Amino acid sequence: MLANTAPQTTNPLSTVINPNLRFLEEVSGATAGISRLEMCIQCGTCGGSCPSSTDMEYTPRSIFAMLRAGLREEVLSSNTPWICVSCYHCVVRCPQEVHIPDVMYTLKSMAIRAKLYKDATAPDFSMTFVDMVETYGRSFELGLATRHYLKHFPLRLPSMAPMGLGLLSKQRMEITPHRIEGINQLKAILQLAKELEAIE
Amino acid sequence: MTSYLFYPGCSMETSAKAYYESLIAVKKTLGLDLVEIDDWNCCGATEYLGINLIPAYALISRNLALATQQANGSRTVVAPCSACYLNLAKADHYMLERPELGEKVNLALQAGNLFYKPGSLEIRHLLDILINDVGLEEIKSKVKKPLRGIKVAPYLGCMVPRPDYKKRWSDHEHPDELDRLLSALGAEAIDFPLKTHCCGGHMPQISPSTAFELIRRLLHGADLYEADLLVTVCPMCQMNLDAFQAETNRYFHTNYKIPIIFFTQLMGLAFGEDPKELGFGRELVSTEFALSRIGLEIPEPDGSKVQPKRAKKTGLPMPTMPADEEAHK
Ligand code: SF4
Ligand code: SF4
Repeated sequence: MLANTAPQTTNPLSTVINPNLRFLEEVSGATAGISRLEMCIQCGTCGGSCPSSTDMEYTPRSIFAMLRAGLREEVLSSNTPWICVSCYHCVVRCPQEVHIPDVMYTLKSMAIRAKLYKDATAPDFSMTFVDMVETYGRSFELGLATRHYLKHFPLRLPSMAPMGLGLLSKQRMEITPHRIEGINQLKAILQLAKELEAIE
Repeated sequence: MTSYLFYPGCSMETSAKAYYESLIAVKKTLGLDLVEIDDWNCCGATEYLGINLIPAYALISRNLALATQQANGSRTVVAPCSACYLNLAKADHYMLERPELGEKVNLALQAGNLFYKPGSLEIRHLLDILINDVGLEEIKSKVKKPLRGIKVAPYLGCMVPRPDYKKRWSDHEHPDELDRLLSALGAEAIDFPLKTHCCGGHMPQISPSTAFELIRRLLHGADLYEADLLVTVCPMCQMNLDAFQAETNRYFHTNYKIPIIFFTQLMGLAFGEDPKELGFGRELVSTEFALSRIGLEIPEPDGSKVQPKRAKKTGLPMPTMPADEEAHK
């Protein structure tokens, strides 16, 4: 993981002074760019700007406070990262320019690895989507929707059938997936990428 | 003709076919030469990033590497889908910001004999190209049938104006580019306060009540302003507001019937193209009333009479799953 290659963090917080900060460092290090997570001043602008915060167990601000306190299990088992819709409202308003949705992505992947998520709907959806992409190189909406809804929302299917049929009859959904030519090349790249991710 | 590298993205071939068809119909008039990146793959949408970091960025970067190989003259990649646009831009941006990320991604790309030098391409959204390269004056000069009499809510969604790594938009929350484009076409663009609010993203599949509330807010807003229709630049926004409008109505006991179409479809109408060539009729919430305001009728899309066979249990035709396919090898 990126976490253990020279941590390029924004602030040299010392885990010697406070070992609780190790979790914060780990999350920040595993986030794509320079997360700036250490710079959070707990102003709450993110939570106040968040369109889905009412459905979150903790607002983004609370999650960042919990991260700092080293509350690993509580953070990774909360629904907050899964309810984040990646709208980037918080990002453009955060006075510290913390990469909030990217941190949410990191928390999701850590929750999957640690199997700490409470509700499997969201991780299953992401994993089914990725499964399709790894098999075909393209997304396959009908396959994804059918597999996902049968497992997680069987009761919604009857009322959704008209929509599904509408999309099909208007040719907005393919019955068979499209496979890219370079699928083996893509598989080789992803295979190596997964091994790289695993190097600690 | 200005040449661009073109990354269509998965939905342009399926759920957002109308976007693709209308783009093809207007690109000539606009002098755009869009060279599709050969054998591009899915960008991973908002799903892969939340699973595995390096594979997610390697998946995106295979497209950037292919684009660089194909770049002859043009270094600009155009994406019409907001999520694709952001993913491509994000990968490029973060690999520059955090060189170790770029190094690892390139190690992975080596397995496919590919390489991408972060920062070597410009990643731009289609609307940005139309506004800033083609220009509103040029667009205005091509208008044959001004869209007078129609009230449109310009709806951009999230991922085009935000996070906006290259500071290309007039504002992150209330940009006016799409409004100005609509005015150039002769339509009345309402000052839509929710123009960059979220459509729910993938939430209809994960937390339906969260999604329905976000969809409801947008429909309610458009209704308050008496918009005849919403116009979007994003396949996911179109899908959520169009395909899930009925379910949202059932959930809240409302009765909204607000059509949502792609901005390229309206451009085509203003340029005098046949609505059939522009993908009209593919939307689930009918545009019939909205278009009648400008004296147009909507066609039935080809093949709409063919009813797919019903599968026994669910009422939905069953696709082949990767697992089944592997098992039958
Ligand atoms: S807006 Fe930024 S600084 Fe304020 S609480 Fe949220 S992450 Fe921290
Ligand atoms: S990006 Fe996520 S956390 Fe930030 S405002 Fe949007 S939904 Fe909330």
